[in-house]
Amino acid sequence: MPEEFKPGCQRPAVKKQKEEVTDGTVMEPVKEEQQTMIKVGKPAPPFSAPAFFEGKFVNVDLSEYKGKWVLLCFYPGDFTFV
Amino acid sequence: MSVDSVFVHKMWNDHELSKMIEKDIPFPMCSDPGGTIGTMYGIYDEEGGVETRGRFIIDPDGIVQGYEVLTPPVGRNVEESIRQVKAFQLVRASKGTEATPSGWKPGKKVLKPSPGLVGNVWKEWKVTEAFDE
Repeated sequence: MPEEFKPGCQRPAVKKQKEEVTDGTVMEPVKEEQQTMIKVGKPAPPFSAPAFFEGKFVNVDLSEYKGKWVLLCFYPGDFTFV
Repeated sequence: MSVDSVFVHKMWNDHELSKMIEKDIPFPMCSDPGGTIGTMYGIYDEEGGVETRGRFIIDPDGIVQGYEVLTPPVGRNVEESIRQVKAFQLVRASKGTEATPSGWKPGKKVLKPSPGLVGNVWKEWKVTEAFDE
């Protein structure tokens, strides 16, 4: 039977399975490249992303906001609680 | 910005958020499937496949002036974000001649860094000003 879980403050994670190779050794899931924290006083990494805005689907490019103050907020997922 | 698609953003706006504020969300809700942008900003949680609560203040030149990162269960303080933006705006308008001490908010005392202020901040600024009344 599928196991029931309680919703938390982020989307439920997909568990990465360890792969077992034929000779019995266990392969760890491949680590993606190391993330480094960006630095204050340095340029914000440029990006372009699809967005929902004023009833339309649009493409947002950070460079279009030059000349304005930007508050860029990331969050764990739509329909989460806080 | 989250890893959700723009379609889910629309549903969240239409069915929940617009009911909280009685209008549509007044800023773009960006989609970052796979966390590519979140990874560039250093806040993508690979294990959970989600973005943590990273908040970045970017000035009119595209320079990151500040950020805050929280794990999912604790929400942000919007007023504090606005206070920080106002403080950075004041510093920028003064061309760096003014600085906002701990606990500053609009109307409170600012400091003008100079050789004469070294060792004399205690005359200009009281610890009580770091706190709200």
